[in-house]
Amino acid sequence: MASVNLENVRKVYPGGVEAVKGISLDVPNGSFTVLLGPSGCGKSTLLRMIAGLETITSGTCRIADRVVNEVEPAERDIAMVFQNYALYPHMSVYDNMAYGLRNRGTPKAEIERRVREAARMLAIEDFLDRRPRALSGGQRQRVAMGRAIVREPQAFLFDEPLSNLDAKLRVQMRIEIRRLHNRLKATSIFVTHDQVEAMTLADVVVVMNQGRIEQVGKPTDVYNRPATRFVATFIGSPAMNLVPARVVGPGKAEIAGSGTLRFDPDLFQVAEGTSIEVGIRPEDMSVSATGESTGFVIKPEFVEELGPNRLVHGVAGGEPLVLSVPSSMRDLGNGTIDLHVPVERVHVFDTTTGRALRRG
Amino acid sequence: MVERRPLATFIAHFVLILGIIVVAFPIWVTFVASTHYAKDIMTAPIPLWPGSQFVNNYRTLLFDGMINPTAGGVPLWRMMTNSFIMAMIIALGKIFVSFIAAFAIVYFRFPFRLAVFWIIFMTLMLPVEVRIVPTFKVVADLGMLNSYAGLTIPLIASATATFLFRQFFLTVPDELAEAARIDGAGPVKFMKDILLPLSRTNLAALFVIMFTFGWNQYLWPLLMTTDRQYLTVVMGIQRMINVADTDPQWPLVMAAVILAMLPPVAVVLLMQRWFIKGLVETEK
Repeated sequence: MASVNLENVRKVYPGGVEAVKGISLDVPNGSFTVLLGPSGCGKSTLLRMIAGLETITSGTCRIADRVVNEVEPAERDIAMVFQNYALYPHMSVYDNMAYGLRNRGTPKAEIERRVREAARMLAIEDFLDRRPRALSGGQRQRVAMGRAIVREPQAFLFDEPLSNLDAKLRVQMRIEIRRLHNRLKATSIFVTHDQVEAMTLADVVVVMNQGRIEQVGKPTDVYNRPATRFVATFIGSPAMNLVPARVVGPGKAEIAGSGTLRFDPDLFQVAEGTSIEVGIRPEDMSVSATGESTGFVIKPEFVEELGPNRLVHGVAGGEPLVLSVPSSMRDLGNGTIDLHVPVERVHVFDTTTGRALRRG
Repeated sequence: MVERRPLATFIAHFVLILGIIVVAFPIWVTFVASTHYAKDIMTAPIPLWPGSQFVNNYRTLLFDGMINPTAGGVPLWRMMTNSFIMAMIIALGKIFVSFIAAFAIVYFRFPFRLAVFWIIFMTLMLPVEVRIVPTFKVVADLGMLNSYAGLTIPLIASATATFLFRQFFLTVPDELAEAARIDGAGPVKFMKDILLPLSRTNLAALFVIMFTFGWNQYLWPLLMTTDRQYLTVVMGIQRMINVADTDPQWPLVMAAVILAMLPPVAVVLLMQRWFIKGLVETEK
């Protein structure tokens, strides 16, 4: 197992499109790193550059401290799991897993041992003689992972491996991938656009947008302390509310039409009189008990019933605002409601750059 | 499926049987004619059942050949062998060349790749007959007249097969090539281990078509070969009819026609299972 280091890596396609705009990233040995971002953000391109399937326009890519920019994919000692599995349709499951080892001249007995062991680990021992066509989606995905495991590579690369599975299987495979990682402790880089996958699988989440890294951090970090407006709205469902406001005093922000909101001046540094955007997650707000005044009010427009909770839609500062309340809560009536927001759960962003105005 | 109704079933079968009779009857008459004396089939009524000369006619034709000024004395087995060699070289050569060409066009990035493809594609519009004079000149200058090489090489390049393989390769997911690359398979290994087995049905279908194409060649061998040792069956039959001052030996000609039909039929029957699969099914 080894670390993967990227230094100012760029990818410019022949048409002039810059898919990856200078990314530096360290994936430590044995960590599970998830590249997360919307489609077209360059995450797959980045992964394919690490795999060696795309050339690197500039910058360096190191695997196990060896510069691999010009090294063939087969010699980088990585294994990749593709979204559509990419199993060889005319080979049995056993041959699919053994193919890479045979090409490397691994002794027959060793191949046999490794394939059997991986098959046992993935519970696909009974299918070794079958063709991929005779397998279900989940089983094919396991074979694809088995093909990676038998190689015992320096790093595993996953390119959205769960997107072709149905919702139930996806949850199950997600857990299995995590379990497998805990067991093998292999350096893994996993690309996905699904934030739930990212949050549940990752040791480190790398949020990407438009070819750049927005934030690198633990799942709880990117959720609790988003570095940019993009990260704030991309992670969390429903998305974080962003409301324009003006700072009127230390830790006090005025929102047009909704009163004032308190934030923590020890966390965010912002001068009085500045226009800012405050971010509040729907699940961080609650309706003030007993109708007590909190200074921050909205008028509910409509309510979405979701089962365990309700989404209340309103408007604050001219922007839509959503809050999530338990279904057991009383009917909100027609008037305005006072909202209670814990001071440490309010995020402050620069209006123009979109960066969080955190101290330090 | 259409619902089963007795009347519809009857009509369908009636039409099919009619079709089979229309196609099969001339072949039957040909076979019957090949088993009689020449004088019997020249007098009315034409016999409709096999005669007594089956063994005699076929033995004479296969091993002695027909004695007449143009086809003189070349036994039919010799012509059949020539035709078979020619058809095999053309079919296998076409498949090999076009497979490699399509592989290059689809999987390699090189300058003027698209231009190359379109040039190959444009040669579809130039069948052998159109370019026959310059081709003859080239082959003659290379000293390849009266040889198997001269018979086959000019017919081997095939835009149709290249195009078919290209279309097939484009349907093979890119990830398969990438997975093979990561698995340490170079281009040749990828072609041999992955692409070739996947193209199995296409190969069979093309082989049938190309073998028949090669077997049926007439104009090119006619121009190319002056030596009787290189006579092919199709040319041979033409020469058997081409006699002066006498009637052609119809029973022997008919026997030659029947025999000339057999190899393509055998190839179709042998390859039929894969052939049909290759035409109707996209197996991925």
